[in-house]
Amino acid sequence: MLVPISWLRDFVDIDIPVELLAERLTLAGLEVAQLRYIGVPQQHPPGLRQPTSNHLVWERDKLLLGRICEVRAHPNADRLVLAMVDYGADELEQCVTGAPNLFPYKDQGVINPPIWSAFAREGATVWDGHSEKPRKMTLKGRELRGIYNKSMVCSEKELGISDEHEGVIILEHDKHYAAGMPFADVLGDVVLDIEFTPNLARCFSMIGVAREVAALLDKPLRYPSCNFLAEGAPISEQVAVDIREPELNPRFTLTLLRDCQVRQSPFWLQHRLKLIGQRPRNNIVDITNYITFELGQPLHAFDYDELRNRAGGTPTIITRLPQPGEKLETLDAVVRELNDDTILVADTAGALALGGVMGGGETEISDRTHNVLLEAAAWNNISIRKTIREQRIHTEASTRFSRGVHPSQAILGGARGIELMRQLGGGTVAQGVLDAYPKPPPTVTVALPIARVTKLLGMEVSLDLAADVLRRLEFAVRIDGDIIHATAPDHRLDISADPAVGQADLLEEIARIVGYDRIPETIMADEMPPQRENAPLLIEERIRDNLVGQGLYEVINYRFTSAQTEARLLPDNAVSSLPDADYVTIANPASSERDVLRHTLLGNMLENAVNNARYNKAQQVFELGNVYLKKDDLLPEEPLQLGILLMGARHADWWGRGESPDMDFYDLKGVLESLLHALHISEFAFQRGTHSSLHPGRSADLLIAGERAGSFGELHPQVAQRVKLTAAKVIIGEFAVAPMIEHARRLHDIAPLPTQPAVLEDIALVVRADLPASEVEAVIRQAGGRLLKDVALFDIYTGDPVPPGKKSLAYALTYQDETRTLTDKNAARIRKKIIGAARHRLNAELRA
Amino acid sequence: MDKSIDDIRAEALESLATITDSETLAEWRGQHLGRRGAVAMLFRNIGSTPAEERAAFGKQVNALRGELDRAFDERAALIERQQLARDLESDEIDITLPAHPNRRGGLHPSTRTHREFQQIWADMGFQVYRSREVEADDFNFTLLNLPPHHPARDMQDTFYTSDPRVLLRTHTSPGQIRAMRELGDNGSKPIRVILPGMCYRQEQVTARSEIQFTQVEGLAIGRNIRMSDLKGTIAEFAKRMYQPDARVRFRASYFPFTEPSMEVDVECFLCGGKGCRVCKYSGWLEIAGSGMVHPDVLRNGGYDPTKWSGFAFGMGPERITMLKHGIQDIRYFWGNDLRFLRQF
Ligand SMILES: [Zn+2]
Repeated sequence: MLVPISWLRDFVDIDIPVELLAERLTLAGLEVAQLRYIGVPQQHPPGLRQPTSNHLVWERDKLLLGRICEVRAHPNADRLVLAMVDYGADELEQCVTGAPNLFPYKDQGVINPPIWSAFAREGATVWDGHSEKPRKMTLKGRELRGIYNKSMVCSEKELGISDEHEGVIILEHDKHYAAGMPFADVLGDVVLDIEFTPNLARCFSMIGVAREVAALLDKPLRYPSCNFLAEGAPISEQVAVDIREPELNPRFTLTLLRDCQVRQSPFWLQHRLKLIGQRPRNNIVDITNYITFELGQPLHAFDYDELRNRAGGTPTIITRLPQPGEKLETLDAVVRELNDDTILVADTAGALALGGVMGGGETEISDRTHNVLLEAAAWNNISIRKTIREQRIHTEASTRFSRGVHPSQAILGGARGIELMRQLGGGTVAQGVLDAYPKPPPTVTVALPIARVTKLLGMEVSLDLAADVLRRLEFAVRIDGDIIHATAPDHRLDISADPAVGQADLLEEIARIVGYDRIPETIMADEMPPQRENAPLLIEERIRDNLVGQGLYEVINYRFTSAQTEARLLPDNAVSSLPDADYVTIANPASSERDVLRHTLLGNMLENAVNNARYNKAQQVFELGNVYLKKDDLLPEEPLQLGILLMGARHADWWGRGESPDMDFYDLKGVLESLLHALHISEFAFQRGTHSSLHPGRSADLLIAGERAGSFGELHPQVAQRVKLTAAKVIIGEFAVAPMIEHARRLHDIAPLPTQPAVLEDIALVVRADLPASEVEAVIRQAGGRLLKDVALFDIYTGDPVPPGKKSLAYALTYQDETRTLTDKNAARIRKKIIGAARHRLNAELRA
Repeated sequence: MDKSIDDIRAEALESLATITDSETLAEWRGQHLGRRGAVAMLFRNIGSTPAEERAAFGKQVNALRGELDRAFDERAALIERQQLARDLESDEIDITLPAHPNRRGGLHPSTRTHREFQQIWADMGFQVYRSREVEADDFNFTLLNLPPHHPARDMQDTFYTSDPRVLLRTHTSPGQIRAMRELGDNGSKPIRVILPGMCYRQEQVTARSEIQFTQVEGLAIGRNIRMSDLKGTIAEFAKRMYQPDARVRFRASYFPFTEPSMEVDVECFLCGGKGCRVCKYSGWLEIAGSGMVHPDVLRNGGYDPTKWSGFAFGMGPERITMLKHGIQDIRYFWGNDLRFLRQF
């Protein structure tokens, strides 16, 4: 909300620089986002950092309040006039101007009542009114169609008040005005842009902010008067009120002004509305707006004669819920279908307005209005919130009512509103206020022992100080021993009757106004909870560290995807091996590509790969993140998965080596084995792959402790085609992390280093070409027994002289005994057993 | 005798001085110190030397041999040094050629910042408690003092699921309730945890806002937890996270699940508090929201708010990472462009 400091000063004296006030408000929870200076210089209080403003400062000796005494015709130009300005000097100054709003005064003699404007003397700096972009210029004397001119009467644009450049500023007469006073003392201002958190509903007005200022600066608050001059017939004879839903409409008040004139508002009112970003319309509507901002009590004005017409006599205002199928056309010309819990303002002929939100077209104020019925009511904030959400309308009224306006404010708002209307529109106010108030909110009194304040703040706060702060915020305070009994003031709905919550409410007010900077910084002296180890997290972090150590980069993807994106992972006619679960579907997705939560990491990782393939010859990445499986429970399972993707050159290009081969299945197998080794998981195995998104002949399943824990391998060529990743083989895998966490060993034994020499030898076996290498190795290991320490495949060969349909596998074998040195004879015996077993069980031949 | 010992010495040393390579040196050695060399010939002549001169002659020959041996060793060492120098020169490589590339890997920047956070908080006795991302409306809002239609629900644009009771958590705070219920033992045990994790908000994705982001939230519950403890604990965190003399300030604010509530600002570490574009010339950067746990939230966690109190705070690691590294676009985080990830 925009808050002009000049408006605040109506209610409270401010004796510190605006910049410091902004800082104090910000620290107290009313965040001042920005200061807008109008004519007055920025101040720089010591210790305060702030952005520098480059606004126009109105020089006090050059930009003056001038009285336009007379407007004369320009002898040589029809479209120019001569304004005769009294700026306190002995003689009137003659200013040549083309301002259209001075033409009505042309050749009319001395203007009375007087009008005033901003008068800039020669040498004054103003904004260039004709420039599109902001540009400052300095006034110099020059001839204008034969008349020498060295000063001017300014527009709002020239002074930086607004973009208005159609005419010059024209102020109505005011008894404080004197020709030649610095113009900065007339319209100079600073506008605070304050952002309110939802708990500050009570601050959403000038008086609300002024109240905070008064409490912070310990100054008295001046309330506007509630009195109005009422000389007409009593209002109770002219209208009736019938509240049918007190819960939704706890209070409804009416005042009536007869025989007034709807016309343009005076400058001061228009100026204030424009300063806070509101567009002036006519005096009646402007006043409803003005009071909304000034007091936080929204008002609504009806054309009383229209209501009489509709009722065929004395109208009755009814607040009620809609009848089935009832519709209402609001001021914005939208015909609205009404929900059955939308509170309406109606009369006997039908609906008139969405209560607390927006009026209807038929009874609105128009140029022909003479009699104004003014509503000041209170509405249930939750009901208003529902309405603005359903109807998608936001008005200044609904913004305030949806946050909560205390019903007590209705009387003040209605009274001040009707009196202002009388002053600015003329006419006679009916006596009395028609006040239906079936549901006053309870009065809340909170008991706060001062010891509790000290205990929770960690700072000694005296009873007097705490009581004083609460009084400054208009609580009624009674002290009983060490206990403060504070009764919430009648503009607040946010103080809870629950004793513990109410105490917290008061504590916040005390801490906020005393200042959080006064609270010391302490170390917790409270009992320390037991420290526990978070084993899953430790293992996760080990997985990350290991994969990074292997040269992989960690990625973190959106958890969002679409069912279509994941469906692309499935080749034609394949049975999906993606999880058998429903999707968590987003009701209000950011986009249709992100309308469910993922079942697999693979989809988004492949998207990453497509993007990265444009700039990278190789990619090695992993992701550790949840997938979301909706099953029978209300909330989905969120298992943690590990995804790994390798693609492109195994080694980076290097001038000392030829082009690198691409990574393949065995690279990922290696990454995985290294990881499992680092986690000290020994119970793992690989078997032929079953994952539908992978190449069936070039993929494997990982088993941990005999259970399938994931799959990896080459991306299925059809899937690769679909996602347009064909430049290199995509090697990809996804694994469940839970079995890794379960089977990772935190403690493991270290074998003693061998003291006896090892015997090394190679053997080459010729076996069936389709025999899995793991079977050959298993046979060798079994036959080699305890003394065979290591079996390493170092060559695979097919072709002459190995017969067709066969392959040769060459192994380097290591024999070792921990207790003695093996002789050649010992070694030969083991070798013989191995060859025998291979022959017998694998039908293998020893290759010469 | 053809030549005197002196002549032989002079001739040998002279020729030795001209030798620059090891082959010639070996030849010289053969000629002078070898089995048939000049010195050997002299020894052979000892027999034919008159008896009375024999001892003196033998002494002279021995001296000559010693002298030539030493001269040879010196020369050999010299030639070896020279050879080494030549070898080193000719073996020179171009050290400006590109390195043999090693495979590098790296943690995601979010993970890095989370680890930094977790380390600091662990040192202060706060342990990691993880909680689910798809949440019940109750836990995300109602139990945190945000009943349906509460105005503060507008502060958070929520992703709802097809089941209106279920949503994507908008903050890590629902974990507060879960932690209290799981670790509090019916409101009888103190708690100090941090709750890290992914959160979601329905926003326009721009350089400054994302639909998913991580948060780290802290919670301390005890019989004597004070607001001054909250200030002291966060100030300590800021000193460890930013700089040892980091100043913090606390501003009144509003979160439904804490009261009183405060925003925490740290003195801008980019400009040292003098004011810069990033801190909007205020000298302060907002780093956390915090406050004393609301009595209703304590109750919902199983604690009696008249006997127990606590504080909570929440921080955004991405924002802090962006500030620290001058990252201008939050979309980099989940874009996973390797050109971004390689820079950490
Ligand atoms: Zn800065």
